[in-house]
Amino acid sequence: MSDKIEEWDRVIEARKPERPKALDYINYIFEDFIEMHGDRYFGDDKAVIGGIASIENIPVTVIGEQKGKTTKENMERNFGMPNPEGYRKALRLMKQAEKFNRPIITFIDTPGAYPGLGAEERGQGEAIAKNLLEMSSLEVPIICVVIGEGSSGGALAIGVGDKILMLENSIYSVLSPEGFASILYKDSSLYKKAAKEMKITAKDLKKLGIIDEIIKEDNILENTKKAILKDLKELLKLNKNELVENRYNKYRRIGKGEEDDIK
Amino acid sequence: MVIDKIKKVTVIDTKANTKASDMMVGKWIKCDNCKEILYKEDVRNNYSVCPNCGKHFRLSSRRRIAQIIDDGTFEETDSNLHTTDPIKFEGYTQKIKLLEEKTKIKEAVKTGFGKINGINVAIAVMDANFLMGSMGEVVGEKITRLIERAIEKHLPLIIFCASGGARMQEGMVSLMQMAKTSAALSKLNKAGLLYISVLTDPTTGGVTASFASLGDIILAEPKALIGFAGPRVIEQTINQKLPEGFQRAEFLLEHGFVDRIVERKDMKEELYRILKLHNY
Ligand SMILES: [Zn+2]
Repeated sequence: MSDKIEEWDRVIEARKPERPKALDYINYIFEDFIEMHGDRYFGDDKAVIGGIASIENIPVTVIGEQKGKTTKENMERNFGMPNPEGYRKALRLMKQAEKFNRPIITFIDTPGAYPGLGAEERGQGEAIAKNLLEMSSLEVPIICVVIGEGSSGGALAIGVGDKILMLENSIYSVLSPEGFASILYKDSSLYKKAAKEMKITAKDLKKLGIIDEIIKEDNILENTKKAILKDLKELLKLNKNELVENRYNKYRRIGKGEEDDIK
Repeated sequence: MVIDKIKKVTVIDTKANTKASDMMVGKWIKCDNCKEILYKEDVRNNYSVCPNCGKHFRLSSRRRIAQIIDDGTFEETDSNLHTTDPIKFEGYTQKIKLLEEKTKIKEAVKTGFGKINGINVAIAVMDANFLMGSMGEVVGEKITRLIERAIEKHLPLIIFCASGGARMQEGMVSLMQMAKTSAALSKLNKAGLLYISVLTDPTTGGVTASFASLGDIILAEPKALIGFAGPRVIEQTINQKLPEGFQRAEFLLEHGFVDRIVERKDMKEELYRILKLHNY
């Protein structure tokens, strides 16, 4: 798609049921994916999938937020909205990846962390916070790919990494354009305007220095595979200290404010 | 988003009341919990807690610092930082200017160094009066700088949280402050320094999902609203009313997400005792 496309069209594209979901990427890009279940505390959240696999004989840990393509699938997957146990499963697998020195690849696709009663009781905020803290200092390469809808802290919770990639028609936002419109414009019908003003497209976010690369969608799965492999090989050259220090600085740079002029 | 706050009432009845001379605009407030009309000065002298029902009213960052930090020891840092308006959101910088004038504060957090009964600490105090205490780049940057300086100076860190979450007007740059501050806290952890997080009304959204929940010790003020999703969003999602006390400090204590609930009048001593036990 070209640059002429309106931001809102990308939102629609990013949310399309028939668009490839995390498992489609995982099955295409990696060999012998073995899914692992459960957070070891409470349960197994089907909105988050994770496991081990390999790519060009490099063992990796893969994690993804999984939406469904049909209503039935979406009910099973809670529409890709994780509960705390989903994030805790992700963290468990990531810590394991660190133990066995496996790079981590995550696929982001969620309307947000689930805002439910149980989610709050079980500490949704704590679960996300813990992931941010831990991911910032894991001593293995982390590549995060926004494949569809990356919304809010629920996306960021598996999104702290060395390379942040976005599919050309994916979006990444602090909240949904609809939510933004109803809160800041006090008019939910202004979602198209919100989508434009919020700077949520891959192109806008690259300009803002929030993501690293944009993946073209002409051959969506293959392009994503190539992009991951290229970054993986680059990151594997770094030692642990360089890796963690670079990652720290990557986030350290974002949004520093400005000192007042001294008059 | 949280809406309840102290409702200012203008009392015009000058006949019936014995304290008629004090019945002037702005001297009285009505407690939004027990509905009692309270003399402002009494509330102030009682740590801004309702003398009648114990409701902890929201505190400005300035007043909070006065309650916690030894007189004359607070040195503020980075008070001159302002937002770059990263997504050039219409009307945002004007809104910030208006708020600065109205609230007499700059930004939703004050950071700095000071003493608690003689012990040096790095402290950040959020202020819900400034755009709901939302975290944008300035809040994230000030807190990150404070954490980095705490590491340099080997000081314990205390953050009083009060926030509606990420600052939407700054788009994704605000979301990234969650990662930035959490990464800095990971460094603080590795340096073996103490971090006490104090959750006050309200602590929600992106702040709950970052530094607020990452304290070695997490304290909360009584009845403070604490959660990730806002109560209204949850009600809309599950399509039913939330149970009484849901997402209040006591609820979090019961579910294991808060170490202790501490009344405001005891907060300074409590912090001091914890600091002492960590050999500061
Ligand atoms: Zn009261």
